[in-house]
Amino acid sequence: MTNANTEEHHKLLREHFGITTTPGQFTVALAGNPNVGKSTVFNALTGLHQHTGNWPGKTVDNAQGNFTYLDRSFLMVDLPGTYSILAHTVEEQVARDFICFGKPDATLVVLDATCLERNLNLALQVMEITPRVIVCVNLMDEAEKKDININISFLQKELGVPVVPTAARNGKGLDDLRQKLYEMSTGLCIAAPRQINYSLEVENAIQQLLPKVSRLIGPNLNPRWVALRLLDGDQAFIRSITHFLDFDLNLTSLQEVAV
Amino acid sequence: MSTTIKPMITLEEICIEAEKIRLSNPNVGDKIVSDIYANAETIARPAVTKKATEARPWDHKLDDILTSRLFGYPIMLTLLSLIFWITITGANIPSQMIADILFAFQDQLLVWFELAGAPSWLTGVLVLGMYRGLAWVVAVMLPPMAIFFPLFTLLEDLGYLPRVAFNLDNMFKKCHACGKQILTMCMGFGCNAAGIIACRIIDSPRERLIAVLTNNFVPCNGRFPTLIAIATIFMGGMVISELQIAVASLVVTCLVMLGILITFAVSWALSHTILKGEASSLVLELPPYRKPQFGAIFYRSLIDRTTFVLKRAIIMAAPAGAITWILANIYIGELSIVGHLAAWLQPLGYAIGLDGFILLAFILGLPANEIVMPILLMCYLSSGQMLEFESLEELQRILIRNNWTWLTALCTMLFCLLHWPCTTTLLSAYKETGSKKWTFLTFIIPTTIAFTVCFLVAQTARLLHLV
Amino acid sequence: MNNVLTNIPLSTIGIGSMCQIVSLNLQGLLRRRILDLGMVPGTPVQCIRKSPAGDPVAYMVRDTLIALRREDASQINVNLM
Ligand SMILES: Nc1nc2c(ncn2[C@@H]2O[C@H](COP(=O)(O)OP(=O)(O)OP(=O)(O)O)[C@@H](O)[C@H]2O)c(=O)[nH]1
Ligand SMILES: [Mg+2]
Repeated sequence: MTNANTEEHHKLLREHFGITTTPGQFTVALAGNPNVGKSTVFNALTGLHQHTGNWPGKTVDNAQGNFTYLDRSFLMVDLPGTYSILAHTVEEQVARDFICFGKPDATLVVLDATCLERNLNLALQVMEITPRVIVCVNLMDEAEKKDININISFLQKELGVPVVPTAARNGKGLDDLRQKLYEMSTGLCIAAPRQINYSLEVENAIQQLLPKVSRLIGPNLNPRWVALRLLDGDQAFIRSITHFLDFDLNLTSLQEVAV
Repeated sequence: MSTTIKPMITLEEICIEAEKIRLSNPNVGDKIVSDIYANAETIARPAVTKKATEARPWDHKLDDILTSRLFGYPIMLTLLSLIFWITITGANIPSQMIADILFAFQDQLLVWFELAGAPSWLTGVLVLGMYRGLAWVVAVMLPPMAIFFPLFTLLEDLGYLPRVAFNLDNMFKKCHACGKQILTMCMGFGCNAAGIIACRIIDSPRERLIAVLTNNFVPCNGRFPTLIAIATIFMGGMVISELQIAVASLVVTCLVMLGILITFAVSWALSHTILKGEASSLVLELPPYRKPQFGAIFYRSLIDRTTFVLKRAIIMAAPAGAITWILANIYIGELSIVGHLAAWLQPLGYAIGLDGFILLAFILGLPANEIVMPILLMCYLSSGQMLEFESLEELQRILIRNNWTWLTALCTMLFCLLHWPCTTTLLSAYKETGSKKWTFLTFIIPTTIAFTVCFLVAQTARLLHLV
Repeated sequence: MNNVLTNIPLSTIGIGSMCQIVSLNLQGLLRRRILDLGMVPGTPVQCIRKSPAGDPVAYMVRDTLIALRREDASQINVNLM
């Protein structure tokens, strides 16, 4: 059912991301904007002591940690905080490559309840790459203090993925989070994430590329998303895709094209 | 298979086509981002309801003060010196207590070794070298760090650090550097290696390199207690005892300020020479203030620092103590090896206001700054009168017996603040820059500055007959 | 419409004023950064405070406080609201 338990996947994680998983262990990626409490969620789930701090950019390295829930073992990867994963910086590229090519069994996107709109930008981008997304609306206690009310069930319906409210620092909502991670990883829960509606201009451009892209990449990735990256002229992505999917590509001619 | 019948498509082909579309529609990249945000708005607007509350939330009011034209800078300075004052005041008593316990145990160890009939060289290496080095590091390093870091983490958790970057960015801009550099410097207080890794938050590669090359001017974990110890016993010791701690805090604050000033100067110089370039942009998020979790912070940063200091003490201080003891006790002719080395370094050391032993201790301390003082003491103790170091006050007597003056103390502190980074830091610099050249510069810039500043200070003081 | 108040640089906006983004003249990474933070055309922006030296200036965008230097803010065109 899940893609994670094959020997091949373990090898991929080991060789490309330096992550060693034990057989049968699920991998969970932790993504989100800077300073939304990813490391706090990570610490709360794994019992580790990653440094946290109230400023964007506290975590610059990937941290890994384990936890067990209902007799299944999970490996969690705390990615650097990014505003987007359109990969304009190295950190964004690291986060994007892991979600896209590392094929985690679940990607937990942590959002800041006090500025949901900006945070949804990233969540929507992740949901374009993988359907195995769980959204965690963190800092609910802060939102409450500011009299901000969030309709979680509405959000869940709109996004098409499980949405869990948490206040990670106070340990609230973590059990629910574990449960949802378990369901997503084992395949008990299958999400149908909402896809982004693009304006006509962009949509037309996608349609122009889509047939060829689909034929080229096959079922590996979401072809719409790949088309968008190519439209965006995303050099880092073109390098990653060649690297991970073993495309035979003449890079020098590509660079000429891209300038 | 059907796919093989179709004409082959290469990624390159698709890229060319994408490029054509992009040429006819140059803003498609922007449009993609706008569209994603439009989607986010459609989802978020109905999901979020916000009650209109009082016009100005408290964090705006706090910002009004902390970033105000009038109080912004004074508050930063006051907070910095306040933290040092609390650290120095608080560290005194536990330092003494830990020293008492650890050195009492040393005497016990000596008794046991004698009872067991251990040869004197073995007792020397294990007890007087290894154990003593370790005990010294723990007694002197641990208490200040265990007080400083919780305080610092408190400010970090409150959300004050981005405000410091906001306040100081203009100065960094004048040096053609990035305001986020101050965040990396703040991390440098903990450990310069961590500070250098934190430089990744700076987007411009040029400005990131500047931050890497100058991070060492912030005294780390391993140097900071040395500064505190010397400031307390020497500078503070010159005035009446009521003022001792205040003077010591002032001295340490001034030293840290000097480190920051030199950071600005070096950043400016780099931006106008080998790392020439204009200031690039700054996009700095100022997160809302959050109430720090006092209990958790104190507990965690205390545990963190304690394990960090203890680990470094065991890995670095214990072997260094053993080696120093051996070097100090193998005699070639009249002098021990340490004595020979120090005698050889004496002219250079003297020229910059130190002596041969101090310079030797700094050189031997390259693996870790924590061990500089223990090495120095061990050298002094073995070469001169075999006076046993048992309390922090005795430290002053040892140093004075070895001809320390206020100038020696000042130059030692300056050298400690400015000299080369430890090997761990150099290794981080190498990993982050991936270049031997930049790693070498990370080493040579502070070294040159340390020698120059100490030389100027020492020569001026002597010329004016101040000593 | 008043000519002075439309299509002016963000850097000229006074503290407390609200405006709406019209276009960005920025290039490269900074342009992407600013867009990724949600400063896309049509987004309301409020000028909140100046740093002690007068530069950078902090703006409220989509419930987030973001500090920009004057040079960069002057490349963002806005309509005063
Ligand atoms: N009140 C409250 N504060 C929280 C909560 N979760 C995290 N925080 C605080 O938010 C700040 C940021 O948390 P981090 O876990 O460091 O955030 P991060 O997402 O890892 O940030 P980066 O590593 O910079 O990307 C810290 O000061 C935490 O103590 C929460 O649920 N409630
Ligand atoms: Mg983090």
